[in-house]
Amino acid sequence: MLLSLEAATVRLGGRPVLDAVGLDVAEHEVVCVLGPSGSGKSTLLRAVAGLQPLDSGRVLLGGRDQAGVPAHKRGVGLMFQDHQLFPQRDVGGNVAFGLRMHGVGKGQRDTEVGELLELVGLPGAARRAVAGLSGGEQQRVALARALAPRPRLLMLDEPLGQLDRSLRDRLVVELRELFRRLGTTVLAVTHDQGEAFALADRVVVMRDGRIAQSGSPLEVWQRPADEFVARFLGFENVVPATVSDGAADTPWGKLPVPDGSPQGDRPLLVRPAGVRLVAADEGLPCAVTARTFKGTHVAVRLLPRDGGPPLEAACALRAAPEPGAEVGLAFDAAEIVVLG
Amino acid sequence: MDVARTEVAAARKGTARGSAARLGLMALPVAFFAVFFAWPVAAIVARGLKADGVWQFGRMADVVTQPDIRHVLWFTTWQALASTALTLLLALPAAHVFARLDFPGKQLLRAVVTVPFVLPTVVVGTAFLALVGRGGLLDDLWGVRLDTTVWAILLAHVFFNYAVVVRTVGGLWAQLDPRQEQAARMLGASPLTAWRKVTLPALAPAVAAAALMVFLFTFTSFGVVQILGGPTFSTLEVEIYRQTSEVFDLSTAAVLTLLQFVAVGAILAVHAWTVRRRESALRLVDPKVTARRPRGAGQWALLAGVLLTVVLLLVLPLAVLVQRSLDAPGLGYYRALTDADGGTFLVAPLHAVWTSLEYAVAATAIALLIGGLAAAALARRDAGRLVRGFDALLMLPLGVSAVTVGFGFLIALDRPPLDLRQSWILVPLAQALVGAPFVVRTMLPVLRAVDGRLREAAAVLGASPWRVWREVDLPLVRRALLVAAGFAFAVSLGEFGATVFIARPDNPTLPVAVARLLSRPGELNYGQAMALSTILMVVCAAALLVLERLRTDRTGEF
Repeated sequence: MLLSLEAATVRLGGRPVLDAVGLDVAEHEVVCVLGPSGSGKSTLLRAVAGLQPLDSGRVLLGGRDQAGVPAHKRGVGLMFQDHQLFPQRDVGGNVAFGLRMHGVGKGQRDTEVGELLELVGLPGAARRAVAGLSGGEQQRVALARALAPRPRLLMLDEPLGQLDRSLRDRLVVELRELFRRLGTTVLAVTHDQGEAFALADRVVVMRDGRIAQSGSPLEVWQRPADEFVARFLGFENVVPATVSDGAADTPWGKLPVPDGSPQGDRPLLVRPAGVRLVAADEGLPCAVTARTFKGTHVAVRLLPRDGGPPLEAACALRAAPEPGAEVGLAFDAAEIVVLG
Repeated sequence: MDVARTEVAAARKGTARGSAARLGLMALPVAFFAVFFAWPVAAIVARGLKADGVWQFGRMADVVTQPDIRHVLWFTTWQALASTALTLLLALPAAHVFARLDFPGKQLLRAVVTVPFVLPTVVVGTAFLALVGRGGLLDDLWGVRLDTTVWAILLAHVFFNYAVVVRTVGGLWAQLDPRQEQAARMLGASPLTAWRKVTLPALAPAVAAAALMVFLFTFTSFGVVQILGGPTFSTLEVEIYRQTSEVFDLSTAAVLTLLQFVAVGAILAVHAWTVRRRESALRLVDPKVTARRPRGAGQWALLAGVLLTVVLLLVLPLAVLVQRSLDAPGLGYYRALTDADGGTFLVAPLHAVWTSLEYAVAATAIALLIGGLAAAALARRDAGRLVRGFDALLMLPLGVSAVTVGFGFLIALDRPPLDLRQSWILVPLAQALVGAPFVVRTMLPVLRAVDGRLREAAAVLGASPWRVWREVDLPLVRRALLVAAGFAFAVSLGEFGATVFIARPDNPTLPVAVARLLSRPGELNYGQAMALSTILMVVCAAALLVLERLRTDRTGEF
């Protein structure tokens, strides 16, 4: 393992911000830590970088315990949330900084800076002032700067956090390709699930300083480990249920569940795609309270007639009913997940 | 149990490392202030309240109840109040003009307004003497003399402190988001109401801080009152000097110093409190975006009024000073400065220029070292209560009045274990003590503004702590360091209150030489004082203009 955290714990003001976190990152792997703000994901990066001392537990890089190794000797790269480019240096000076610190000669430095700027899509920008860069350009310079000393592990803190949507979508694809091409080992943190799923080989969801779930993007998306993960991923149709014999008792009536689901009292997730609108006199009677256009589909918000929490259905654009309409609901077992 | 114990130990280790670094930085400044400030002050206390080895606190009451001392106390207080009120009255409109109006020549006007602040008190005194004194401009034109009235002192105080108000209040005003006022307008407030309910409350702490600063400066005014006050008017500061050097009643002087110490401590405490409040939660914007071209008769009239005030109050006295210094055929007064035969000094008065410059360079170096280290320690994120207390302590020499410093040096550093009486370093040390708070005040906000994550970014890229400082901090604070150096230099050049106690007669500094020339009768001495003042003014103004060029960002509190 390139990076191993063993029961890493950090307390700030008596409260654990990292609570006995264990995490392994293999060489060439891209791991994304996903979590709401305050879940301890930035602290995780800072602890690995050596900027935040651990209260207990260990950080190992290449199998070696990093206790007592200062940040500048750990050989990891960190791209900060708002880039933190050095304002008094130009683009080239920023990118060359790490090379200078590692004693790389001027000639080789200039060559490497040129190559790196080319790599991140800013050829010939070395003499530009950082103050004049756009957000996307700053992001590219920060990336080039972090890559320059060839860190064994590159860490990204909300790499695309402050950029606008379309730029983000484009850059995330570029980053993914770049890391694959260079074989970089990456540990990124973000609060944006789309970013995490697009970037990572493996996603780690954090909650209150602990790891809630770890797995491939597909695994996490298809089988959220618990109600917290499901809700954090944006699913709202979560209700308490009692599961027995391939069916679940819920406030929305008896729902089918996939074969092999765990039994007993557990929360239940119904993905909006698994909620089908049928005629008003069939299934669960509901009133349409709102509908939101989502581009590829329409999210329809529904309130069950006989009580129970509201729920959301994904509808084809043409089939979406007007607010106020009376409909019935049927459920697909394939889109229902019994949570842990 | 074991786990918990290790964790506590680890946490303690982290804190211990921070404290060690802080203590290292603080050691030199603390030692400096202990030896050259605390000890002299303690010596003053002992001198004032101890007789034959017995503490005599009754002496305080004895001194305070003397009628002439009570008169001095009363005058000191009311002239400071009047000066503060007058300064606010004249300078607040200027603060508004600088903050909200944009007009050609604004940069020049800003520099003109700021020059008086760094001018030595002696120059200010001399300039007003040339304007309103015997044989002054008003005397020549209309036979009006103000140097026998309190008005000369008040006007000179306004001259001196105009910039304090314009900078402190105007600086903040320019950064207040005008959209807050606009939001109030949209909610139905009239322009006046919007100003009163939105801008004024935001501005009030800055106005209070500026007013306190002006009160402090005028309460401890020495050079101006010494020159313009004549025998009639005497502040506490002047009285301390008089008791020491003319009456030779050191214990009365010591009691007066203590009184002043207490008063200044109280004013500084209130000032620190208002500054803390000012820092709280204001939405600030780039000053460039808040200024507009004047519109309407009202704004033009305001601008014209401010310009007129600046010309009459700030420019005219200095112009008259220069004119008077040239008022002898063939630059006679200037040529006389090269001549040692005047009898006032053992050396040619012009020699004082070199003495002053040498002292100023030494004092600047000391002040930068002490103030820079102190600022670095104070700027650390983990600075605790104790360190912040030291911040307030650092301000004391600024307010505690130069005369206290000089008097303290005189009685504390003239015998073993530390006998510096014969050493030239005594004067730069005293001047550095007065200049160091300026260095701290200029450096601290800039150091605090350096984003800690920039340092972390450098560390992660492989920079050791020392290289982080050199590569990240130094380039960002280089400009502030130069500004601080300029301030320390100007303060030291113009320092009068402390220097007059300890400068050796054969090696006077410029301000001391000017004061001595003025105290002698005769046209030639008067003219030479004007000439020497003009030289001092030019040197200080040049230092300031260099500063203004450096200081495109409006950092620091001065």
